[in-house]
Amino acid sequence: MSLLQVNGVTKNFGGITAVNNVSFSLDQGSLLGVIGPNGCGKTTLANLITGFIKPSSGKVHFSGKDITGWRPSRIANLGIGRTFQIVKPFYRLPAFKNLVIPLSSPKVKKMGGHYGDKDSSALDILEEIGFERDSSVPFQPASVLPHGYLKRLEIGRIIALESDLIIFDELYSGLSLAEVASITPLIKKFSAAGKTIIMIEHRLKELFRIADRVLVMDQGAVIAEGSGKAIMKDEQVQKAYLGIELKK
Amino acid sequence: MLIYGFINSLTLALIALGFSITFGISGIPNFAHGAFYVLGGLTTWMLLTKVGLPYVLSAVLAVLFVGAIGAVMYRLLLVRLRGLELSEVISTFAIGLVILELMRSMGVMGFQYRLPSFIRGSVEVFGTFVGYQRLIIIGAGVVLMALLHFFVHHTKLGLAFRGVAQDDHTAYMVGINRDKISMLSLSVGSMVCSFAAILILPLGTISVDSGYDILLKALAVCIIGGLESTTGVFAAAFILGYAEVLTAMYISSSLTMVVPLLCMLLILLIKPSGLFGKHKELEERI
Amino acid sequence: MSVDRRRKERIDRGIKACTDDIYCVSSLREISYLLLPRALPVIGALLLVLVLPFYWKKVMVITFIMAIMAVSWDFMASCGLISLGQAFFFAMGAYAAGGLNNHLGLPIYVTLPLGTVLGGIISTILIFPALRLRGMYFSMVTLIVPLMLMRIIEATKILGGTAGMSALNPFPGLVWSAALSMILMWVSLFGLRRLVVGDYGMIFIALKDNDRAVEASGLNTLWFKVQAIFIGSSLCAFCGAFMTHYHMSVGMSAFALDLSIFPIAASVVGGVGTLAGPVLGALVLGPLSEALRSLGTFRIVIYSAVLVFFIAAIPEGIFPYLKRKYEQTERWV
Repeated sequence: MSLLQVNGVTKNFGGITAVNNVSFSLDQGSLLGVIGPNGCGKTTLANLITGFIKPSSGKVHFSGKDITGWRPSRIANLGIGRTFQIVKPFYRLPAFKNLVIPLSSPKVKKMGGHYGDKDSSALDILEEIGFERDSSVPFQPASVLPHGYLKRLEIGRIIALESDLIIFDELYSGLSLAEVASITPLIKKFSAAGKTIIMIEHRLKELFRIADRVLVMDQGAVIAEGSGKAIMKDEQVQKAYLGIELKK
Repeated sequence: MLIYGFINSLTLALIALGFSITFGISGIPNFAHGAFYVLGGLTTWMLLTKVGLPYVLSAVLAVLFVGAIGAVMYRLLLVRLRGLELSEVISTFAIGLVILELMRSMGVMGFQYRLPSFIRGSVEVFGTFVGYQRLIIIGAGVVLMALLHFFVHHTKLGLAFRGVAQDDHTAYMVGINRDKISMLSLSVGSMVCSFAAILILPLGTISVDSGYDILLKALAVCIIGGLESTTGVFAAAFILGYAEVLTAMYISSSLTMVVPLLCMLLILLIKPSGLFGKHKELEERI
Repeated sequence: MSVDRRRKERIDRGIKACTDDIYCVSSLREISYLLLPRALPVIGALLLVLVLPFYWKKVMVITFIMAIMAVSWDFMASCGLISLGQAFFFAMGAYAAGGLNNHLGLPIYVTLPLGTVLGGIISTILIFPALRLRGMYFSMVTLIVPLMLMRIIEATKILGGTAGMSALNPFPGLVWSAALSMILMWVSLFGLRRLVVGDYGMIFIALKDNDRAVEASGLNTLWFKVQAIFIGSSLCAFCGAFMTHYHMSVGMSAFALDLSIFPIAASVVGGVGTLAGPVLGALVLGPLSEALRSLGTFRIVIYSAVLVFFIAAIPEGIFPYLKRKYEQTERWV
């Protein structure tokens, strides 16, 4: 039985079909990459799965439950966590308080909470995602933190929620090579812990290194699916990315 | 009925146009709109009766005067508050209060404060008698619309206006002085507003209280049509105009002021960005 | 070619630097440093009420009530719910208390709390459909609702029509009303300040910063918005219930635009988002508006002009300005 099942999901915005009849299923513990040119509907797909947008038609099942049309918060409590492409921290709150919000969610409460109080478990999570514990960084308001730290905070939210399925929406965008190198181990750690992951990504090299399977989207539809190497040889994919057909 | 609905609609459109222009270009909600409207009418009246200038000249001077007030308001006050939306609303509203209540305390009230019609008399149109003044409103409304359209779409300054409306930072980068354009937009908006006042006010008396109603009506039209959309302003003005006339005829004239409010509420709850608004579904609700 | 110009340098006081992160109170000097700005206004207001002549005592009562309205507005604003119609919440409380007193004949110590809760519940239910709207669209709805209700009451003569309900029970004495309003003002101010730094209140702050991230954190934003509205509108409803008994009547004036504008004006003058600022703003604007009463209609002119002056001169608000001056020392370098 697969963990996530997406059946013929379609979303229309006015006259534009942002996501067109996308179906796929995902097994427990696998890592799926989603690639495609800008504006092909990758982020919309993530929004459809996590409930931020309701699909025009089609169904989404997660661990046997039909979650189509649920509130995003209910879906998050069921176990789908996500990061946002454009970071969404709580700018007026200090970094560690940013994680107290997800730690207050019903899901964490039901699990009996992390050990210790919320503040200290928030600090533990911050240390795990690479905030220096002894410095003042965790106590700074999020508005003064650099972009790399805010991306980490997004990951911290997922750790706090202990989600089973994680959707990373262009996690690497806007990060330097060094920062990418420091975040990749975190993702590997999620994988090793048996979490199921969907990565929406533009950095193909980094993605192919860790993905089991890759989904290629163009103009809202899935045009190819398979391992990283197979995808690169696909003519349709080359056309979508480069606009021309490559010679062998 | 049809005719009156039509005229009522155009009146509403004229009232709302000034507010819409200012908000559409510079994003300033000019809550002194109603005050500018009354001020425009009063200035014309003063020049006409106290100074004794000819009608056309005093009208032109009044329009320019209100436009200048708008520019001064931007230069002295709003330029310090850009980006603080709430402060903008409160300060423009307070300015409006200052203007309106100043007029009230100077004793502007009563029957002698009325502008004469341009031409007296009426004409029969499709079986209804319509005063010439109302016909002039129609004519002038159409001319004003055409002029504005030409100005915005076919002049260099109009291009700058549209640039600032779409993205003021980018406009800044290509060498458009954002503050200057915003000031001009406020000034043009005020001028259009006082022009509307001079057209419409001969139908009634100049009263301070109407200032508040005008502001409310302008807001209603702009919200229903979608802020910053000129097509929306006209569509909404027609919906509201006919709705008002119909309520007055068939239900009760005391409920006419409820109509725009109710329309506004419904639109906000169903499609918050208005009939012709540009905001996407995702932006307005979760 | 350096230009030697003297400039002002600002230095944060040592204790400020530590209190930002950790609350450490070690010496009497530092305790008094923290306590002084909190105790001073409380004692000042108390003395003022005791010393002032009868007429001004009444003014102070109304000012305190307006300060509560302003605090509740600021609380809702810091949850991202910018209301342009506090009068609506006020009127709900006013009519609830008035109705309970007039039709059921309940005594004042029952109608006051009951009117508060009832007013809060009714407002929350009525405003609920608008809670899905974000930002300015929500504000517009709150602006329209009281205006429309007012016109409907006027046209249909429900709830006593334009005349409203009168001959309601008064307070036993000015001392009672003054004490009650002052205590409740400080309770709501310090209570809300306490609330928003706690784990529960933090969610409200987060709501404004980014409601989608709150949603992704597994918290139902709609439910928390309902709670925020209930807290805010209950405070306003209390003000309405209080004023109903204070004036011994309730009528259409409960919907008046002034009641919606004053809290916003007080917050903007005092400093939006600080909770203490609105109280400060109300304490400045309330008596000012009263002092100008002898000027007749000209009063509004002066009042609005002063308001504009404050906004233009100190756009950040009085409270953040004073706070900065208190926490920093300046010197020429």
